[in-house]
Amino acid sequence: MTEAQHPLDHLLRADRLPHIWCPGCGIGIAMRCLVLALEELGRPLDRVVVVSGIGCSARVAGYVRLDGFHTTHGRAIPFATGLKLANPDLTVIVFSGDGDLAAIGGNHLIHAARRNLDLTVICVNNFIYGMTGGQFGPTTPLAARSTTTPYGNFEPPFNLPALVAASGAVYVARWTVFHVRRLIAAFQEAIAKKGFSFVEVLSPCPTGYLRRNKLGEALEMMRYFKAQSEIRHGADPAEAGIEMGGKLILGKFVDIERPTYQERMRKQLAMFFIEPYAEKVREEIEAEEVES
Amino acid sequence: MKRGPAVLTGVHFFNGDVACAEGALAAGCRFFAGYPITPATEIAERMAERLPEIGGTFIQMEDEIASLSAVLGASWAGVKAMTATSGPGFSLMMENLGFGYMTETPCVIVNVQRGGPSTGLPTLVGQGDMMQARWGSHGDYETIVLAPSSAQEMFDLTIAAFNLSEKYRLPVLLLSDAVIGHITERVVIPAEEEIPIVNRKKFAGPREAYLPYLPDEDLVPPMVAAGEGYRVYITGLTHDERGYPSTSPEVQERLVRRLVEKIRRNARDIIRMEERGVEDAEVVLVAYGISARVAYRAMELARAAGRRVGWLRLITVWPFPEERIRDLATRVRAFIVPELNLGQIVREVERCAAGRARTIPVLRPGGAVHDPREILAIIEETFHD
Amino acid sequence: MFEELKRMESTGMKTEPAVPAQSRAARRSHGHVFLLAERCKGCRFCVEFCPRQVLAMSDRFNSKGYHIPIVIAEERCTDCKMCELLCPEFAIYVVRIEGEER
Repeated sequence: MTEAQHPLDHLLRADRLPHIWCPGCGIGIAMRCLVLALEELGRPLDRVVVVSGIGCSARVAGYVRLDGFHTTHGRAIPFATGLKLANPDLTVIVFSGDGDLAAIGGNHLIHAARRNLDLTVICVNNFIYGMTGGQFGPTTPLAARSTTTPYGNFEPPFNLPALVAASGAVYVARWTVFHVRRLIAAFQEAIAKKGFSFVEVLSPCPTGYLRRNKLGEALEMMRYFKAQSEIRHGADPAEAGIEMGGKLILGKFVDIERPTYQERMRKQLAMFFIEPYAEKVREEIEAEEVES
Repeated sequence: MKRGPAVLTGVHFFNGDVACAEGALAAGCRFFAGYPITPATEIAERMAERLPEIGGTFIQMEDEIASLSAVLGASWAGVKAMTATSGPGFSLMMENLGFGYMTETPCVIVNVQRGGPSTGLPTLVGQGDMMQARWGSHGDYETIVLAPSSAQEMFDLTIAAFNLSEKYRLPVLLLSDAVIGHITERVVIPAEEEIPIVNRKKFAGPREAYLPYLPDEDLVPPMVAAGEGYRVYITGLTHDERGYPSTSPEVQERLVRRLVEKIRRNARDIIRMEERGVEDAEVVLVAYGISARVAYRAMELARAAGRRVGWLRLITVWPFPEERIRDLATRVRAFIVPELNLGQIVREVERCAAGRARTIPVLRPGGAVHDPREILAIIEETFHD
Repeated sequence: MFEELKRMESTGMKTEPAVPAQSRAARRSHGHVFLLAERCKGCRFCVEFCPRQVLAMSDRFNSKGYHIPIVIAEERCTDCKMCELLCPEFAIYVVRIEGEER
């Protein structure tokens, strides 16, 4: 046994490891699950693009050995929109954090879901702004302490699965970085799904969140994820809100069919133009017939 | 309906906004993302109508931030892309504009200027964003800004903007105004083969040899697109030649200097001006956009009265034609600078004149263009001093 | 302690088979655990969540000063890869060894 190389190093920019994340941070686990999911899916990796915004989770775009775009804060989804529409052959995955996607980028999140753009959005939710040192964010539970809620948070958080489901996402799931095998499967389903798919990944932030709230080390939160999770596939996402120390509802909440932005666009334009839209629509209809 | 032609060769009666959209299509633009805003909306409307005809993509985004983000994304997919807006939307684009300079992403941003600040005068003319175009995003960078003066130039300079953005790998700005955007006049679209098109320098070597930010002699690095197998990492963080983030002051120095130098060193290739009667002039009018047309009339009136007045129209506002103004400053008595703001480009003229010639502003904060007689009166004053 | 640290620095990113060679030969396990010690940040996830208690924390630490785990009972390893999957650092992995004839 002389392997001195991690079996996933070929999917990573291994020359950049160790990465910048703190000891016990779960983002590395979510990143592993992504590359494993991609490897097993067997999509041509040259055509997979990871787009991120700003923040700890957004650094993933620079560690995976894929085309990676580390864009501006909150703008990963619209950047990904441009990439995907300009080259529909690309598999475009947005990988970013809760603050990036749901606060500064919240408007883009709901509009991309409304359009049902064929994107996969992976949102690592660590309940806090980690990169800037532990300020509360759009997902911080009530009463949690942060550097900007020193007396406890009194802003109600977003329930992200409910938000994106209400906005029109066709695939919505939530797992934690403890549930690695489930997470890999969810990533695969989300990537394979046509349309706007969203996976929320709960993850410990030992430095910015746990320490300030006296919740112990990352390991404590992993134990919490293990002990307090309840898997309820098909649960109404509206009932999956998160309270500090409370039960965590996990699972695949939404998996429905709805025409994507591109499909609707082609169908609409095919009424006016022979090519290229009518051609595409005809091909699609034929392909569907072959399948059924 | 069948596929329409991308280049509408012929003589047209177009407004400036429509001419701009047609210029973009002629330049090879196949992606437009935008958000409705007066007085630039007609550009989006024209693109929404025309892009599907020729197999391009139009998307109306949720705001101007998203619009420019999508444009940058499309450019990295290898497609020429554009957005168009006016002051309030331009303000929202400043962050991603910086991302475009930092990541060296070719694209075109049109700002059909209206009176500001804030919501200001949505339907009326202004030229108050000239300095924002130069300095609006944070940090150090150089940009290219073109200022059309006619519907024809809305067509011509949009093509020039795409060509420059592809050549130097940066967002290029077309700073128009409400009058030029809405003026409806003759626009001649040449035959497709007569339109010079520049495409970005592509890297074609082996994957292992590619360093996304290793520049050529001209300081511009060859580009690839997402999905081509090069597995690039592109970040707005300060990055080395590999594209990897760095916090080293040396890397910052090397990168930011190059971003600035690739424009400064090539300023002669980039800068365009138009001059009339400058050779024997004692006084030179320096103007751009709609103000240049008004100034031209003022020059005609002054010439008719026997005054030796010249006219210099900035087609490229940034980089500023420093050399030309410095040179003229040694020969003329005064520069007169009419603009629809309370003193922006006049500062540049004054800086370059450096006291060798007087610099006289003729300023209005937007809402209406100058009366040529108002400029003429200032010209007369300089001859009486 | 200083000598130990120097030794670890000099090994760099090299793999550390954490079990003496002869004990490996004798066991009937299905997994061989490798640790890239220099990547480890000592989170202990691998130790805690190994279903067969193959790993333990050691009192050794790497050149960055993080305590690293050690394989204490590789013969119990079933190649379930839980440690590998849960490692945020890409620092630990398991290589399957075909079991001896049963």
